[in-house]
Amino acid sequence: MDALGLLAAVDQEYLLEARQMQALSLGVHIPLVCFGISFPAMVLFMEGLHLRTGDPVYKALAKRWSKVMLILFAVGVVTGTILSFELGLLWPRFMEQWGEVFGFAFAVEGLAFFVEAIFIAIYVYGWDRLSPRLHFVTGIPIALAGILGSAMVIAVNGWMNNPQGFTLTDTGEVTDVYPLSALFNANLWHEEVHMYLAGFIVASALVAGVYAVAWLKGRRDHYHRAGLIVPLAVLCLAAPAQVVVGDWAGRTVAEEQPTKLAAMEAQQPTEEGADLTLGGVYYDGEVHGGVTIPDGLSLLADHDPNATVQGLDAVPENDRPPVGWVRNSFQIMVGIGTLLALLGVWFLWFRWRRGALPRTKWFYRAVVAAGPLSLVALIAGWIVTEVGRQPWIVYEQMRVEDAVTGAEGIPVGYATLVVVYLGLATLAFYMLRRLARQGPEPVDREGPGDIGVIP
Amino acid sequence: MLAELVLAILIVALAAYAVLGGADFGAGFWDLTAGGPERGARMRGLINGSMGPVWEANHVWLIVVLVIMWTCFPTAFGAIMETLYVPLFLAGVGIIFRGAAFATRGEAATISEARAFGATFALASILTPFFLGCALGAIASGQVPAEGDPGIPLESWTNATSIFAGLMAISVGIYTAAVFLSGDAVRARMPDLAEAFRRRALGAAVVAGALSIAGLFVVNDDAPDLYDGLTSGLGLACVIIAVLIGVVTLWLIASRRYEIARFTSGLAVGAVLTGMAAAMSPDILPGELSLDDAAAGDATMIATLVALVLALLIIVPSIWLLFKLTLAGRLSERYSSVLPSGEQR
Ligand code: HDD
Ligand code: HEM
Ligand code: HEM
Repeated sequence: MDALGLLAAVDQEYLLEARQMQALSLGVHIPLVCFGISFPAMVLFMEGLHLRTGDPVYKALAKRWSKVMLILFAVGVVTGTILSFELGLLWPRFMEQWGEVFGFAFAVEGLAFFVEAIFIAIYVYGWDRLSPRLHFVTGIPIALAGILGSAMVIAVNGWMNNPQGFTLTDTGEVTDVYPLSALFNANLWHEEVHMYLAGFIVASALVAGVYAVAWLKGRRDHYHRAGLIVPLAVLCLAAPAQVVVGDWAGRTVAEEQPTKLAAMEAQQPTEEGADLTLGGVYYDGEVHGGVTIPDGLSLLADHDPNATVQGLDAVPENDRPPVGWVRNSFQIMVGIGTLLALLGVWFLWFRWRRGALPRTKWFYRAVVAAGPLSLVALIAGWIVTEVGRQPWIVYEQMRVEDAVTGAEGIPVGYATLVVVYLGLATLAFYMLRRLARQGPEPVDREGPGDIGVIP
Repeated sequence: MLAELVLAILIVALAAYAVLGGADFGAGFWDLTAGGPERGARMRGLINGSMGPVWEANHVWLIVVLVIMWTCFPTAFGAIMETLYVPLFLAGVGIIFRGAAFATRGEAATISEARAFGATFALASILTPFFLGCALGAIASGQVPAEGDPGIPLESWTNATSIFAGLMAISVGIYTAAVFLSGDAVRARMPDLAEAFRRRALGAAVVAGALSIAGLFVVNDDAPDLYDGLTSGLGLACVIIAVLIGVVTLWLIASRRYEIARFTSGLAVGAVLTGMAAAMSPDILPGELSLDDAAAGDATMIATLVALVLALLIIVPSIWLLFKLTLAGRLSERYSSVLPSGEQR
């Protein structure tokens, strides 16, 4: 039913621009927060190695990484703030009607942000100023806050995809709100685990890529080796696991949002024993190229070759998402996910059988490529989730065009934001490159916990 | 009752952001006016050092304000966002600039770079408080209709009260920044800078005071309902308390007791905001929407209150630790000089 009995939809000429603006800001925020989610744990692991072995190289690496972490965190905070404004500025009617249902998750997230912001400062500014053990301990809340914080935003996104915890009256008013039931919606779990792993994959692949470049350039000392192996191990463990979680995600979507699944697979008719097409590109209403696996889709979605899969034809035309975006993005994500998993298996096999790193340069080139590729997979995954939800902002409850602001000037805001983000990106790139040019962090040879610094 | 409780927490968060975030923006003003590269270098160093570690935590208060608004008073939030989208968007742009300046602070390699970063910082310091202040003034002076109206993008926040509130927000930030920096300078054992900021704090206080007296006339003329609320009952009590605390704060600064002055300036800002809320009561959008009508259902209000109280239990000791370490000078260096490689540049 139409949830918007109260407010008539406004005439927003620039709905598409509003959506692009939202997507742009999310697309900027989300790669940054991957570092917020996973970097603290990797930095702590490094510092832990240092505390256990006393090897100053680990400490130098942990310090260097924590510096990068702080810069990225600051930019993540700013872009997140923009998102908070944007939710209200672009979708005021969405916030008005549903804020009280999902808002609670954001309130908990506020707590996580505070903890993260406070302890990241103590941790990064506290190097050599707090006792080594205390310093390590102050890093733990950062990692925990990353889990809690990401789970809470994801809870909101899960809720938009799978709304629950409220009753709608005949006049379209929201009553009987159960904030906890809205928070713990059925999409929360797979989305959070999948996103959490994605955070580790993206950050570790990008960091490993930096040291893989150094490796290819012949810098293979202890420092660069340690800097490569730790993120590489993270990447190679997380990537195969991501395939399993992705399968779980797919099956949940099949159950909860069959139309989204149909769009992901460009499945037109509702049928038993639906085929699966791997690869190929969707345009002009069909998939071109690719390999077809008979009954494959039924098998994947339900783990049963004869299962019925609901097609796009089950809903009226104007309730269908744009299939091209969803299906092609899904293929890209799964393709990259498979490649990353293979890379992981390659590395793990070498470690296990030979106890060494692969020798061939192609392995390191693959690691360098893994960073940008995993970013692409991340964005592609979000396009699947978000565009696949269209035309709904709250699945089957509120349409996007009923949520959008009536404000004029969206194109102006959009253009401003593009310019500002480009400036920010240039700046971040420039700062990080300068950090990289400084060369490796000086290793402080006097052993653990001292304050002395060798210039 | 629930609505009032949440409103109280909202005011605390807003006051915290006005003071802590405001001081951060105000520091941008002092950075801009610190003088040439050589003369201003020490002052800029102090500004960088004292804003560094606490910047992110200070900033989160704004997020808390937004989240409480959209969770607990969603209809008001929607109406405000839809109507005041111009100043709020511009404030957002200012926040991006501030973040950029923060991420690059102390990292400038050349004088011209330092100038560019300083200018971004200064621009942000003016943009953000001004437009947020305007938005607050517009809300208080009843410019936001209950349903929201995107058709008045400029008219809604360019009345005299809103502009006055914007200017007030800038000047409060400049003043609190000077107070904070005096205290930080004492701790950093830079007595000459402490004196310099003490003079600036006193000067800024005079400006802010004069501005608020002028403001009374502006509000009387432009938003009589708000004026009546501020000059009677609880509103008046709050204004009187704010003035008294303000005078005490001036005395504290004059007698170089900066640490207590930090707290009292926060209290004064809190008193003003409480007075405004009292003047608007029982409405959240004056003349348009009452606080109770705007409030979310009880379950949401209770859940949010519980979350906020739990958050306070965790956050207060953590913030205390952070400020303690910062104030004890244990974190106060520029982060790049904490790390050895930064020291050579
Ligand atoms: C590094 C990133 C990455 C990688 C390698 C993969 N994914 Fe993914 N995927 C994401 C990053 C991602 C994400 C973080 O962008 C999404 C968006 C929403 C979410 O929960 O995770 C996502 C969503 C998402 C969804 C939609 C969930 C929903 O709408 O609720 C499905 C069905 C999959 N993924 C399936 C897979 C499969 C089968 C993969 C492997 C072969 C895979 N993903 C690899
Ligand atoms: C928990 C986090 C998220 C929330 C609450 C959220 C919320 C929203 C909202 C409110 C919209 C606008 C309405 C709509 O078009 O349906 C939207 C659209 C969109 N979001 Fe998300 N989003 C989240 C995560 C992400 C991420 C991380 C991305 C990554 C790129 C993303 C990509 C998009 C895209 C591409 C659209 C536009 C859809 C279209 O135009 O068809 N979202 N999202
Ligand atoms: C509409 C969607 C979103 C909004 C409104 C939003 C809002 C915010 C805000 C306001 C901050 C700054 C917090 C601070 O001041 O410390 C932030 C940071 C953060 N966000 Fe988001 N966010 C959104 C989407 C996401 C998504 C999809 C994730 C991923 C799971 C995420 C994870 C994080 C994390 C981990 C941080 C910590 C800062 C960092 O690591 O850079 N956010 N977000």
